[in-house]
Amino acid sequence: MINSAKIKLFSTIGPRAAFGMTCLELIKEDPNLIVVTGDVSTSAGLDRFKKNHKDNYIDVGIAEQNMIGIAAGLSSEGHNVFTTTFSPFQTLRCCEQIKVNLGYMKNKVIMVGLASGIVLGTLGYTHCSIEDISIMRSIPNITVINPADCFEVYKAAFALLKYDKPAYLRLTGTNNSPQVYDKDYDFKIGKSISLKKGEMGTIFCTGSMVYPSLMAANKLHIDKKIDLQVVNVHTIKPLDVIEISSHIKNSKKIFTIEEHSIIGGLGSAISEVNSSLTNPVNQTFIGLPDDYGKGGEYEDLKIKYGLNEDSIYRKIYETFKIE
Amino acid sequence: MLEYGKKINEIKDLSKNIRLNILKMALEAGASSAHIGGAFSLADIVATLYHSFINFSKNPEDTNRDRFILSKGHACLVYYSILKEIGYISDKELLTFEKTESILLGHPVKNLKKGIEFSTGSLGMGLSIANGIALSFKKKKVSNRVYVVMGDGELNEGSVWEAMMSCAHFELDNLNIIIDKNGYQQTGTNNEILRMFDLEKKLNSFNLYTESIDGHSINEIYETLKKFKEIKKPCVLIANTIKGKGFTGFENDNAWHHKVLTKKIYEDALIEINKE
Repeated sequence: MINSAKIKLFSTIGPRAAFGMTCLELIKEDPNLIVVTGDVSTSAGLDRFKKNHKDNYIDVGIAEQNMIGIAAGLSSEGHNVFTTTFSPFQTLRCCEQIKVNLGYMKNKVIMVGLASGIVLGTLGYTHCSIEDISIMRSIPNITVINPADCFEVYKAAFALLKYDKPAYLRLTGTNNSPQVYDKDYDFKIGKSISLKKGEMGTIFCTGSMVYPSLMAANKLHIDKKIDLQVVNVHTIKPLDVIEISSHIKNSKKIFTIEEHSIIGGLGSAISEVNSSLTNPVNQTFIGLPDDYGKGGEYEDLKIKYGLNEDSIYRKIYETFKIE
Repeated sequence: MLEYGKKINEIKDLSKNIRLNILKMALEAGASSAHIGGAFSLADIVATLYHSFINFSKNPEDTNRDRFILSKGHACLVYYSILKEIGYISDKELLTFEKTESILLGHPVKNLKKGIEFSTGSLGMGLSIANGIALSFKKKKVSNRVYVVMGDGELNEGSVWEAMMSCAHFELDNLNIIIDKNGYQQTGTNNEILRMFDLEKKLNSFNLYTESIDGHSINEIYETLKKFKEIKKPCVLIANTIKGKGFTGFENDNAWHHKVLTKKIYEDALIEINKE
């Protein structure tokens, strides 16, 4: 079912279209699955799903609060439900509906936040989403997953289908996004994945930042003999506390890298673990500043905010130079 | 005709018991206060619903059951009271209302074993859930019905109108909305806080079927809900009610929206309700 050609295809079409294609396979697993959208079928890669599975597809219009309530009602009647819209509208617009209908009542709905982070930077910050991890993870019972690449979107969606709790699936990156994984692997919700071993420190990264972090770490190893471990923290909640603690205990310093505000996201989640240890280590937070800056092209913004491979490389290298 | 008269009398007895239960719980709540007005205004509606319309089951797994959502969750006293009357909640449990660790808080907390299908309290969310359930029933081609009770103050919430639109769009004729139109909300009348103007016209323009009735006439409630079963549209019962209806001391006095019930007032209310 899944081979390297398909994984490559996913990467070419980007996370949103990959999600849409994943839905065509999910429905084979669960014929009662319902995909709900708020008038973003095309953006969610759902055109084929919409055409071929009319009875499993509901468009509620541009009404996200209602979307979450409808999804909760469907879930309470036993359906697996995915909701889809752009990340800001999927999370902040209907935040209290998520709290009450999903968190409080534990209705299992999988919310798919499209185009999170700053990928839509040219559209301005109404369409960027740098607060979603922070807010979603503070709601009890909500699981938060930010896949590292398009194939991990597929892996996470399948894992969530069989999972019993409500969740937020955060999609970052764009078309022709780099592949972290080129073959099938073991994905478990709540279990981080070490992508590179290293003795001198650990990089914890998530979503679109996994690939550039891994590349930067490889380069630091080769160029500067700085040997860092790289951990893909695809599940930000529930956090893989035992494994992460163990990585921190073996590290002189740690780095957290995310396409999200440095307030409340992966960095904060890791620091909650770090600061509870008997011997916490120095942590460098790499992420977006607490600001709505000027918009722009994705690649330009990543450079501006130090979120591309070169900037990550330099930022990490500087912390070793100071020593 | 005799049968019908008997039914109406049974419902009247039920609504009287509901009001007595509400009083007991409110007294027990003491200083933590209780939402009495909006619970009393709903007693006749909830009694009729559970007596003659909602197919309830003590087995939460029973798929044949209808679904009831109290979207105006602060009126939970009326909900707990009917659940006591139909045997879900014991007398003893009733008296734990708003006590530490109680399953019966000041807003309903989902508890299928006790007949509480959904947690509500934050206004304007129930109708969306009802939409989802009604859609699921349609997809499964089953004939269960969904009943949602909302407040007129609750209609201030924008999310209500998103959900009204989708009821009509998805043609959810298995969904009935009951609006407890008692004319008041927390700090004043609807007209003082946020004017609705013509509610019926608004709803009709959404392509919903509406009937405006006396929300304390068991006959009218019964006949209208019966009629709704035959209408091939989502239906809205606009129940014109009196906040606090049942005890003259509460009626149209908005202080009783949420207030501490003293022993003295409790006893006066008991006497008046028992006289009925």
